[in-house]
Amino acid sequence: MNIVTFPSSATALLEVRDLHVHLADGTPIVSGISLSVAPGQILGLVGESGSGKSTIGSALLGHVRPGARIVNGSILVEGVDVLSLSGKALQQARGKLIAHVPQDPAATLNPMMRIGGHLHELLEVHEPTLSKAERGERIAAVLSDVGLSASNEFLHRFPHQLSGGQQQRILLALAFLLKPRLIVLDEPTTALDVSTQAQVIQTIASLCKMRQVAAVYVSHDLDIVRHLADTVTVLYAGQIVESASRDTLFAAPAHPYSRGLLAAAPDIFTRHQLAPIPGQAPAPADRPMGCSFGPRCASATPACAAAPPPAKDVAPLHRVACFHPSSGPLVRPEAQVRSGLSASPILLEVNDLSASYGDAPIFTGLRLALPSGRCSALVGESGSGKTTLARALAGLGQHVEGSMRFDGGPLPIDNWQRSMEQRRRIQYIFQNPYRALNPRRTIGQTLTAVIRHFFGLGPKDAERRAAAVLQRVALPSGHLHRYPRDLSGGERQRVAIARALACEPDVLICDEITSALDVSVQAAILDLLRSLQGDGLTVLFVTHDLAVVRAIADNVLVLRHGRIIEQGEVDDVLDAPKENYTRQLMASSRHDAA
Amino acid sequence: MTRLSAVADALPTGDAAPAWHFTLPGWLIWTGGRLLSGLTAILFISAVVFGATQILPSDPARVILGPDAPQASIDTMRHQLGLDRPVAEQYGVWIAKSLKGDLGRSLDSDVPVSQIVSGRLANSLTLMLIVLLVSVPLSFWAGIALALRRDRWIDRTAMSGLIFLKAVPNFIVGIGLIFLLATSVFRILPAVSLLEPGLPAIAQPRYLVLPVLTLILMSFPFLLRLVRAAAIETLEAEYVAAARLRGVPEKRIIWRHVIPNALVPAVQGIALMARILLGGVLIVEVVFSFPGIGTAMNAAIEMRDLPVVQAIALILALAVILINLAADIATVLLSPRLRTARKPRIRPGTRARIRQSAGL
Repeated sequence: MNIVTFPSSATALLEVRDLHVHLADGTPIVSGISLSVAPGQILGLVGESGSGKSTIGSALLGHVRPGARIVNGSILVEGVDVLSLSGKALQQARGKLIAHVPQDPAATLNPMMRIGGHLHELLEVHEPTLSKAERGERIAAVLSDVGLSASNEFLHRFPHQLSGGQQQRILLALAFLLKPRLIVLDEPTTALDVSTQAQVIQTIASLCKMRQVAAVYVSHDLDIVRHLADTVTVLYAGQIVESASRDTLFAAPAHPYSRGLLAAAPDIFTRHQLAPIPGQAPAPADRPMGCSFGPRCASATPACAAAPPPAKDVAPLHRVACFHPSSGPLVRPEAQVRSGLSASPILLEVNDLSASYGDAPIFTGLRLALPSGRCSALVGESGSGKTTLARALAGLGQHVEGSMRFDGGPLPIDNWQRSMEQRRRIQYIFQNPYRALNPRRTIGQTLTAVIRHFFGLGPKDAERRAAAVLQRVALPSGHLHRYPRDLSGGERQRVAIARALACEPDVLICDEITSALDVSVQAAILDLLRSLQGDGLTVLFVTHDLAVVRAIADNVLVLRHGRIIEQGEVDDVLDAPKENYTRQLMASSRHDAA
Repeated sequence: MTRLSAVADALPTGDAAPAWHFTLPGWLIWTGGRLLSGLTAILFISAVVFGATQILPSDPARVILGPDAPQASIDTMRHQLGLDRPVAEQYGVWIAKSLKGDLGRSLDSDVPVSQIVSGRLANSLTLMLIVLLVSVPLSFWAGIALALRRDRWIDRTAMSGLIFLKAVPNFIVGIGLIFLLATSVFRILPAVSLLEPGLPAIAQPRYLVLPVLTLILMSFPFLLRLVRAAAIETLEAEYVAAARLRGVPEKRIIWRHVIPNALVPAVQGIALMARILLGGVLIVEVVFSFPGIGTAMNAAIEMRDLPVVQAIALILALAVILINLAADIATVLLSPRLRTARKPRIRPGTRARIRQSAGL
């Protein structure tokens, strides 16, 4: 990569100074934000949920969500003060000067409007002098730039007739159509599969360079930012904690939070020990007086709690807001590969399993074997059938046929035909912890219901066991009396795991259980699962994330179009994939050129 | 990297090859299926209606001949009317005749039922049609206007007013209007709608004003709340936020993005309102002595005039089924996702959700 230079005020295309966004009651959402981006450069704005990164993203277009307002600061885009614009001038600046690429392509295209309608509308609004033919030419040009067909048939489609990748490309086309000078991308690839994600990121990178636009890429994904951005700004609790060139930040992060984030992120190449950041980010109203990361920081001193640390340069172009910044590269200790597992007997086995959705088969003739005491990862992209398979194993499948064996005996397909013992021994954890817990029951009620159902214990004993199982997932027993709404996403997922553990299962089926969680929380959950395996639990971990596979699994199964195309030990498969598709997946996950 | 030809998902997939053979669109097949199931429902309802009139404690022969007629003449009459035949056979005859448009003769006045019913039906339909023509555009306009001014004082005042209107029983609204416009305060309109039988209702607008006004006050708040809720939901949709961030003017957003998307729940709401109106018409007709289908039904039941009761019940059932069918077809045609689907399926919860958002 080229040598990255920080733009000085003279060359910067985007210049943000001391931006503050508050809620109506004065609670700050983001404060003291200063950024600058030069033409053709991409700034990665990194933060976990609640860090205020999307607020900054939309504030760059002079927009804040209802209830919030921009109280201070200036945003200059090519010399235009965005915050001084209003009415028609602001409307014209949006789209024409600054474009925004939103997060969820399926929800951000109008379902009633054809693709062509979206594109034509933008030109009709911003360039009313163009004739219909001229508009058509502009649209054809931008569609070819983003790698889409400009045929009439394609323009006549409705958004739902496009794949997720195509929808996201349409949003890119809409952003680039008016040749804006600044593009704000708000997690544009989170909703996409790895390989589609890699391709869309390629398109973004090449278009930004080609058109010499400045880009702000808002993301929680360090890995994407590492491959896309020129400079990186790390946000925590509404404030910038560190900004540096991409290479500096990833080679020698200085702020404890940046270091923590990197240590928590799994790596596709090496199995390093994931170090979760203790605690959780404060809500906007609960941010402490001093350094907002202080309460979670291992190297915090009394000075950190007294006053917020000012941002200062630790090196040229490397700014950190910390009283005791670290230096030097981050050392991530390697994790041990579990040994002596190769001869494990098969615990759960599937033969000739078929499932269909309506008339369309999802998979046919599928064979699968889970070795006892190991963590097997089931990897596949959306539509590969991985969730269907996981649900079928748990007895939750619909329209499933075939035969299964569990611990030497036959296992009925349908949950209702399984014995109580079989149901107890195979447990399932859902993807979304926000919907997996009954909101009207306390954690204690949720857990004791399970325990009393399977073990027929009295209320006292059940509660004792519930407290013990909470302890196993590292939650205090005080949580027994709390409701799911009082808990953070990571805590809820721990409760969901505790609910499964309360059954004392032999097999734990985890369906993308960390995909809704932040990196630092994911690390804690993976850490927990890893330690539970020490007790001999057999785990099937369904995921699309190969880095997570490396971190957690012993062996891996690659599912594609309803077929297991490759399987083996994790290191064997990931280091030397035999199948083309697995190689592609690896390449996409590394964001190599497609 | 400027060439992106290697990108797999970038090229449009599927149906790129020209389809030479003509295939029926999925929604057309679906409509056929819906029509068939609608017919089945009508057949079923006809059996229920017929069965119910059989249970009624009355003897048509006795109704015709009067309470003092001798048993012998009653028996003759029963034979003439076919009442001594098995019930299934009677039902078969009735259905066969109904299908040919012969709904029988009134026991009370001995004129063909179709003659009695058609005039009354035309009057009621006129009433309903005028109400829909006023209520629907009005509630669209007001619903969207209120959605845009959500939580401001005008919105809050209007919503409390609407709740008040909904809380007042329908007949009280009617009586209140009579009090206000016909008898006590202003005497500008007739209190009862004594339509001249020979003329169509629309030619006597003075008699229509009060019933129409009452029905509008009954139905308009419901649809208005529904349109407002649907518009608020779309105004908060991400595609509206995205369009705003692309600099699309607010007016265009409302016309091109909000209204089309709010239309689908509104169509189901209009159908629901039409069905409510069917019931509301009866109350209004009684209050204003309006010669419509509702008062006809009422009179027929009082007179034990079974052929008229059966005919009207069947017509009302038919109307409900037609309204539902029309709304579902409109929903499928209005939503691209359903229109282009191989098997359109209106989600089962749709209507329940609409009721809920309208506070029903």
